[in-house]
Amino acid sequence: MNLLQQISDHLQQGKAKSVAELTRQAITDGLHPKNILDEGLIAGMSVVGEQFRKHELYLPDVLLAAKAMYAGLDLLKPLMIEANAKSHGKIVVGTVQGDLHDIGKNLVAIMLKGAGFEVIDLGNDVSAQKFISVAEQEKADVIGLSALLTTTMPTMKSVVELAKERNLYGKVKIIVGGAPLSSDYANEIGADAYCFDGMNAVETVKRFLDQIR
Amino acid sequence: MIPLLERLKQPGVIIADGAMGTILFRRGLKPGDCPEQMNLQSPEVLEEIARMYLGAGAEIIQTNTFGGSPLKLAQYALDGKTEEINTTALRAVRNVVQDRAYVSFSCGPSGKILEPYGDTSAEIVYDSFRRQMNAMLVEPMDMICIETMTDLAEAILAIEAAKSFSFSIPICATMTFDPTPKGFRTVMGTSVEEAAKGLTEAGADIIGSNCGNGIENMVKIAEEFSRHTSLPIIIQSNAGIPTLKEGNAIYPETPEFMAEKSKALAHCGVKIIGGCCGTTPEHIAAMKKILQ
Repeated sequence: MNLLQQISDHLQQGKAKSVAELTRQAITDGLHPKNILDEGLIAGMSVVGEQFRKHELYLPDVLLAAKAMYAGLDLLKPLMIEANAKSHGKIVVGTVQGDLHDIGKNLVAIMLKGAGFEVIDLGNDVSAQKFISVAEQEKADVIGLSALLTTTMPTMKSVVELAKERNLYGKVKIIVGGAPLSSDYANEIGADAYCFDGMNAVETVKRFLDQIR
Repeated sequence: MIPLLERLKQPGVIIADGAMGTILFRRGLKPGDCPEQMNLQSPEVLEEIARMYLGAGAEIIQTNTFGGSPLKLAQYALDGKTEEINTTALRAVRNVVQDRAYVSFSCGPSGKILEPYGDTSAEIVYDSFRRQMNAMLVEPMDMICIETMTDLAEAILAIEAAKSFSFSIPICATMTFDPTPKGFRTVMGTSVEEAAKGLTEAGADIIGSNCGNGIENMVKIAEEFSRHTSLPIIIQSNAGIPTLKEGNAIYPETPEFMAEKSKALAHCGVKIIGGCCGTTPEHIAAMKKILQ
């Protein structure tokens, strides 16, 4: 089995140590960091994402796989920066103000990182102001908003309104997700898309970025 | 009033209370605020809620301490008030019910993910539950209700924490399941059978499920529990999945609907029936009426 396939397999099994070792091996062997990322780490994470979506895996498996992914990613990151490799896209994510539920948001961040995007995670209880100013500074492509509480959903609308005010609306895509949300609600507040799970967020972000590039 | 474990041996269903948060919001709790801060600000609201459920016929009344563990309170920088928050809630319910109902001390999840999946050690979570449950040394409680758990390991830590104070305090432990192609599972992947086995081995006296996806799914979950346990079963269903209307969560299941379905729960041998999110004293009164 080739090295990249092994990285993918070990990642799927949540073996952080061996993913780190294999990634180091791949770097030593002179494989291109971009290939290690795409065909090793991202390939493995996308299998995990699909299996989670089909309920063949549960949250603990995904969290372990994510730890394994980060173990590999940490080794690749300096090389990617050195090589000036362009990221697949930049996304700012967070749970909106008033909401402290971040398991769903973390899962989406894992899936987006696992798809090769650069993710800036602002954590939970994030104000509209913060989302927009970070998106501006970082020249983000997409803002991802999460909410679990029905009571905090209206905060999502403030983010959209502020994006309009700052003339970012349409330039930075805004996606929303969380248990109480729906496409109807996304339309109502003027968000660009509702994503029903982490993999759907990956698909949606890919679609948006293809349109831009 | 006879001890709860004796009461469980008598025939008939025991009715427990319904949602707390729904009424807290009507009494001034702001979205995003810590629900337990009401214990410090307006303990009279806790008494009012206990009175409503007692009036509706509930025989078990819960305390407003679901998020009362220091780990959870720390998210609101209120962990320094752990003792006051938990004892005040117990005192408020006791003031109202005296010995007319059982006071059930609610313990929800820590909000942390345990190692190796997350970054929080078992010891930290255990200590957090212990600090919350320490309230039982100050204010007597009739049972502990460890609820809405999705990680069996965390539920077991909470049971062990309770046992470290008392071998005789009745412990109720419930988990929250979602329908998946492989049957009902918690977010962490625990099946009803695994939950029944694990909670029983840890020493729970009453086991079952709360919250969830509406009472019809709960009937199926209860059937599954009944196949895997000989312990008394508790079911506290929410009133279905809410929709949002003008910023307010609207729960679809009416008191009449839930009362009708609660007959099916009783039919599977469920011993304690109450409500979770979206249920009101009207729901509890309707269930009480139909099950008597």
